[in-house]
Amino acid sequence: MGKTFSRPEALSDNHTHYCPGCTHGIAHRLVAEVIDELGIRGRTVGIAPVGCAVMAYNYFSCDFQEAAHGRAPAMATGVKRVRPDLMVFTYQGDGDLASIGMGEIIHAANRGEKFTTIFINNAIYGMTGGQMAPTTMPGQRATTAPTGRNVEETGMPIRMCELLSTLATPGYIARQALLRPKYINKAKKAILQAFEYQMAKKCFSFVELVSTCPTNWGMTPLNSLKWAEDTLIPYYPLGEFKKPE
Amino acid sequence: MAKVLMKGNEAIGEAAIRAGCLNYFAYPITPQSEVAEYLAKRMPEVNGVFLQGESEVAVGYMIFGAAACGERVMTTSSSPGVSLMSEAISYIAGARCPAVFVNIVRGGPGLGGILPSQGDYFQATKGGGHGDYHLLVMAPDGVQEAVEMTMMAFPLAEKYRGPVMILGDGLIGQMMEPVEFPDNLYVPPSNKDDWATNGMDKRGSTKKNIVKSLYLDPKVLNQNNLTLKAQYDQMKREEIRFEAYNTDGDYQALIVSYGTMSRVCKTAIDNMKAQGLEIGMIRPKTLFPFPEKAIHDAASKESCKRVVSIEMSMGQMIEDVERSLKGKREVTWFGQCGGDIYTPEEVAEHIISLLKN
Repeated sequence: MGKTFSRPEALSDNHTHYCPGCTHGIAHRLVAEVIDELGIRGRTVGIAPVGCAVMAYNYFSCDFQEAAHGRAPAMATGVKRVRPDLMVFTYQGDGDLASIGMGEIIHAANRGEKFTTIFINNAIYGMTGGQMAPTTMPGQRATTAPTGRNVEETGMPIRMCELLSTLATPGYIARQALLRPKYINKAKKAILQAFEYQMAKKCFSFVELVSTCPTNWGMTPLNSLKWAEDTLIPYYPLGEFKKPE
Repeated sequence: MAKVLMKGNEAIGEAAIRAGCLNYFAYPITPQSEVAEYLAKRMPEVNGVFLQGESEVAVGYMIFGAAACGERVMTTSSSPGVSLMSEAISYIAGARCPAVFVNIVRGGPGLGGILPSQGDYFQATKGGGHGDYHLLVMAPDGVQEAVEMTMMAFPLAEKYRGPVMILGDGLIGQMMEPVEFPDNLYVPPSNKDDWATNGMDKRGSTKKNIVKSLYLDPKVLNQNNLTLKAQYDQMKREEIRFEAYNTDGDYQALIVSYGTMSRVCKTAIDNMKAQGLEIGMIRPKTLFPFPEKAIHDAASKESCKRVVSIEMSMGQMIEDVERSLKGKREVTWFGQCGGDIYTPEEVAEHIISLLKN
């Protein structure tokens, strides 16, 4: 019997530094599978964020650039404009993309830059140690919101897919989750769709992945999945928000 | 090639294209917006890239992304805009990518003014962004030199794999002068396959390239910074450029001045010469690396009684002049930076009064 399951070629054999129960590993794998399936590893450039995935370039086996906090969409714009033949993706977390990088992502999306953004939304700052993010839920505890997010002072969580979908420029905007196999299969399809739109030079493409952070949520991996399903999914509904045409 | 009459900002844009730079990203700011306006028309004619970014912050990273692919790329801005780009400049220096930044300096701090200034000397030569890095900084004294320095900037950025800055005050960008685009300054782009993220297929390699500035291991970070330092030391050996004016014979005072201010000083020196007073000048063309030895040697001449740093700032370059003199001579400052520029008469009057005391 032949080999039926193996590491995608687009992933390196390095061990990741991610915490137990973290969903970054799944997201990495899905992106790598898509790169393999499209046969584009030799012309792909990834842009790493600042955050837990800052060292994503150690885990992928394609060319990579490391951005400053929030600036990945500007770097991807630079790459794609001067080398439109390259396939380019940014991989960003919620602090990176929805807080400090809000300007860069909105304008890249609005210009219709032909790259793909993978947005990991786990409702908290991971690498810096559990501070409040723009996507942190009302009442959710964070090290900078020790009694829970007070929306009177900090506003409501930002829904990036909905926000980007208001732009008149055509784009592919989808939100999926990494909480159960059925969601993960849909997430893979969305990532593939996003890369295909890029490949066809069709539009900007954006896939948000509702994810977990057991370490900074202070929960077991299993409880994290349940909490995300019960709390995040109702506020961050899954599906395709916008398609070109 | 025949001379053409061009505005400094437009000439800088054209010079970039002549240097083989077909990628330009920018954000509008007075007094350099004409570069963007010129290249918005011109880049499409040469199948180049023109993009107006949403902010100088974003433009800095568009430059970084493009430079990391190994493509020649440039942006132009003015003081407040360069402050915003300084974050990216630090990353570009740390990640060792060649890129060209032009700062057509206006008055500061803050919004300051829109008239010419040399108030960004510290920012350009001592950092601007965070961390241990330098820019190779060239300061043109007119439109012709702005063209030549812009053309030289790209191969220099590639030689040192780092950002190069053209520091011109607002007058350099705004004035019109006859200019010639020299063919002999074109240098073909260097091979960047060993580090650029240009795609493995493109370079026929199975090894990925990573462009980054994060080194969590203290020894590795130290090594990266030592590599940068070695580059800066090499610049100090190989790239110092300056002009010595009226320094062959004896002179009673030495002026150190650059950019637009040095043009005024030259006229003042010529006028004083006609009256029998000899004054010499060293004009740094590179502000980093700085022509320390040339200034030290020129100031050491027996006949030279005074050294004056004449700047369109409150005295920034004077610190490098002082350092260069190593205590051999005292240096004094003469300058203003609201946007008015001293006349040759005012410069001469100052020098003459200094020599009387």
